[in-house]
Amino acid sequence: MSTVTPAPVAPATGASSGTPRRTRRRAALPYLLLLPALLLELLVHIIPIVVGIGMSFLQLTQFYIRNWSAAPAAGAANYRFVLDFDSGAGKSLLHSFWITCEYTVLSVGVCWLFGTAAATLMQRNFRGRNLLRTLFLVPYALPMYAAVITWSFMFQRDTGLINSVLGSHTFWLIGDNSFWSLVVVNVWRNWPFAFLIVMAGLQNIPAELYEAAAIDGAGWWRQFRCITQPMLRPVNQVLLLVLFLWTFNDFNTPYVLFGASAPHQASLISIYIYQSSFKTWNFGQGSAMSVLLLLFLLLVSGVYLALTARRRKAYV
Amino acid sequence: MSEPRGLRWARVLVLGFLGLFTLVPIWAMVSSSLKPLGDVQGNWHWFPTHPTLQPYLDIWRTVPLGRYLMNSLITSGCATVCSVLIAIFAAYAISRYRFRGRNFFSMTLLSTQMFPGILFLLPLFLIFVNIGNATGVELYGSRLGLIITYLTFSLPFAIWMLAGYFDSIPRELDEAAMVDGNGPIGALIRVVIPAAVPGIAAVSIYAFMTAWGEVLFASVMTDDDTRTLAVGLQEYSTQVQVYWNQVMAASLIVSVPVVIGFLLLQRYLVAGLTAGAVK
Amino acid sequence: MRIGKMAAALAVVLAATGVTAACGGSADSAKELTYWASNQGTSLDNDKAVLQPELDKFQQQTGIKVKLEVVPWTDLLNRILAATTSGKGPDVLNIGNTWSASLQATGAFLPFDDATLDQVGGKSRFLGPSLAATGASGKPPVGVPLYGQAYGLYYNKKLFADAGIAQPPATWSELVADGKKLTDPAKGQWGLSLQAGQATENCHYAAILGAQHGATFFTPDGKPQLASDQAVAGIQQYIDLMQQDKIVNPSDAEYVDTAKSLKDLADGKAAMFMNQASAGSFKTIGMDMSNLGVAPIPLPDNPIAGDRKVTSFVAGINMSVFADTKNRDGALQFVKFMTSAPEQAQLNKTYGSLPTVTDAYSDPAFQAADVKVFQTVLSSTAEPMPQVPQESQFETLVGTAMKSMFADIASGKSVDAASIKSSLTDADQQIAAGK
Repeated sequence: MSTVTPAPVAPATGASSGTPRRTRRRAALPYLLLLPALLLELLVHIIPIVVGIGMSFLQLTQFYIRNWSAAPAAGAANYRFVLDFDSGAGKSLLHSFWITCEYTVLSVGVCWLFGTAAATLMQRNFRGRNLLRTLFLVPYALPMYAAVITWSFMFQRDTGLINSVLGSHTFWLIGDNSFWSLVVVNVWRNWPFAFLIVMAGLQNIPAELYEAAAIDGAGWWRQFRCITQPMLRPVNQVLLLVLFLWTFNDFNTPYVLFGASAPHQASLISIYIYQSSFKTWNFGQGSAMSVLLLLFLLLVSGVYLALTARRRKAYV
Repeated sequence: MSEPRGLRWARVLVLGFLGLFTLVPIWAMVSSSLKPLGDVQGNWHWFPTHPTLQPYLDIWRTVPLGRYLMNSLITSGCATVCSVLIAIFAAYAISRYRFRGRNFFSMTLLSTQMFPGILFLLPLFLIFVNIGNATGVELYGSRLGLIITYLTFSLPFAIWMLAGYFDSIPRELDEAAMVDGNGPIGALIRVVIPAAVPGIAAVSIYAFMTAWGEVLFASVMTDDDTRTLAVGLQEYSTQVQVYWNQVMAASLIVSVPVVIGFLLLQRYLVAGLTAGAVK
Repeated sequence: MRIGKMAAALAVVLAATGVTAACGGSADSAKELTYWASNQGTSLDNDKAVLQPELDKFQQQTGIKVKLEVVPWTDLLNRILAATTSGKGPDVLNIGNTWSASLQATGAFLPFDDATLDQVGGKSRFLGPSLAATGASGKPPVGVPLYGQAYGLYYNKKLFADAGIAQPPATWSELVADGKKLTDPAKGQWGLSLQAGQATENCHYAAILGAQHGATFFTPDGKPQLASDQAVAGIQQYIDLMQQDKIVNPSDAEYVDTAKSLKDLADGKAAMFMNQASAGSFKTIGMDMSNLGVAPIPLPDNPIAGDRKVTSFVAGINMSVFADTKNRDGALQFVKFMTSAPEQAQLNKTYGSLPTVTDAYSDPAFQAADVKVFQTVLSSTAEPMPQVPQESQFETLVGTAMKSMFADIASGKSVDAASIKSSLTDADQQIAAGK
């Protein structure tokens, strides 16, 4: 998040004589402005999430779903069950976790790469640029369900487009390739968003910087490395974090691509949590897993923000 | 200023690859939407061997697509308008004022993005039902409940980005407006918002797309009358048959307004995201 | 004041959307019922068109108006969950019968003890196996069977005739032998098609073939005992269709829905396919119906110790009543109406499923040869899936394990009894510990 230089709370500049009532109102202003957002966040996000966290300490299964207050307290039992890495369940959870990490890093990396490459190469106007730009945004506009289903058709072994073009008989939806199929589908859907954000960020870089560099004899790669990238740093910081969070929690893509039961090699943690707990109405366990996931993501975000903020200070 | 040939070739190759990568699945969708049902899952043909427009006619009957489209437009539209309005106020507070709890509020917003929806689906549902019982305002099964949910979903990212945009609008403009006798709100309305129209456009698109595509909460919180598109598209998968060609046709049809919206807003969008991003 | 004006404007906007968007709550009365029907037909509108005349008939007979909502399968369980949690739900609803024990455990559904069953016509009217699929044994059922389904072996008559096979297979070894005669990978033709990528289907066959070997997956008091040798034998028999007998296309390991297998049968790419009564689905993909035959799924050649004569699990839809209903009598009247012989005949005829009450079978619609096959299976050789609360976890764990077994086989690795047993042991532990 940006380090914002604050404005003075109450404009003490001359004109208004500022009766005590006015100053108090001014001091309360930021809180009043925040109020609608705060209330809504409390209602829809915070309170339900806190209740959700509370659920993780209960033995909330289908037996008690009707009357939560009757659910016996489980203490940390749900957590202990989930974190028992010797058991089958714990091993599967750990496996899903690693797969998801690999999947997220890979997808986000490629999305960012594609987005940056396309945005940079499209800075200079050429015929059909607007059309191409719109085309690139279409995957973002299409309903996710239909897009992922289309890919699952394309990946079919006997009747799919991919194998008919390659002339091969590989399995793309089961076995080792299923992981790569998942990455491809995710990148297809999400790189337009990265493209959008980076493209916008590029517009703000003054052309004079490039011209000056060109006069000094810097080639385009040099300009990219020393002007574009540093100027894009704040944009990239936000973009990468947001993409990471969204991709890590991605449920719909694997669910629709693999028809609700993902193969072992592409078992993402969101699917795993759903199949092993929510689907069987064991909400206590599902909540415990979600809380652990939350803690992990908080940790990663915290470290990421600290590292990137520090690096930015070093540049300035 | 001429650019090196290498760069030009790189542009052709990279953009060509990305164009193909984007286009091929879209073409697969288009051609599937023009095939009779039996052909869709048959061997792949680039062009339909028996092209037919029937799916485009059937989609309106198999599933009440028109009604779902209206529901989605109303829900997403209202959620977007409200979300952006509320985000503008909150972002203004964060951008222009330093107050106790500011950083805490920001971090809390960020952390809401880390929770899987399924976890707080039930508690939220319970809260809505209880509100309904207590006040008589039906949030469960109504568009209002869904609008409130969706507008809150897009708030965190919207507030974040808008606060960034506002940061890049110099405070001198605010102060000039206030010297003229406006309060801070007047400065917001008269000066900051007009300067941030591009940023607002960008955030609006994000909010709209978030609401447009959301499936989980819509599946639980809507009934027959209020069901949205994202959920409704799955209804082409019936007990008797899955009408794949109609799924493709319906998806393409409902995406046309969205893509047109993209086209029209592109100008603002490109200028807009920039203003917010650079510190 | 500016803020005031802004806030007021915002409130008006929100209120306006609220007024236009919020549905008013409906008044509950003894003259009204809310009914959530599941999707059984070709579309939700088709279901409404099928059901509405019957609901009108009901209103004429009893004066009770039924407010109908057809809920798609993708949403039904979620909606039931939300209704169970909040207490706000329909009066009467359809449920998949494999959900019975699970829903029974929530306590949110009206138990149909003998007295209540008498109110809807009496226990003896219902087909035994269908009635067994309504909840854990020893506890009163939480619904009555509404639409019945059973599995059979569909086969392509023309392919059979061309290969010189006169009759569909009656024993398992005949199935394998016929399959081998009909398999010619070079021509792209295979003996049998399987939905090997679909977890729940895999588990259904594990249950059927496991029962043929005498396996019981849960003890009478509900504890899992998945890793029995009989269960391993049943699963081994199923996956050997692809692994050893090689009558199944390895690509089937990717099949996640019936559509592809139906298409393979219709196109002549597969000669046999085990599925529930799906005449309607075959018609919509353009199958030549005179070419389609059906027989019961074969039993083993020789009796195995402890085996049960099972050729299908009890598929179907049950009708349940929410315990919180404000119109219990009306709801029971509606259940009685829907399970009456004329309604059963009418609805099952339209949907292509099987009546769950014996007196509906005299209707001429159910005299056709293929219907008779399914009827015999449902009434005599069908066994319900384990009626335990963890049934869906069981299906997910075992079915997904089988899916990866098929994936391994398709990519050339072999799966032996030991690895089957270890997968089942893992699943067993998860179910046991996750209580």
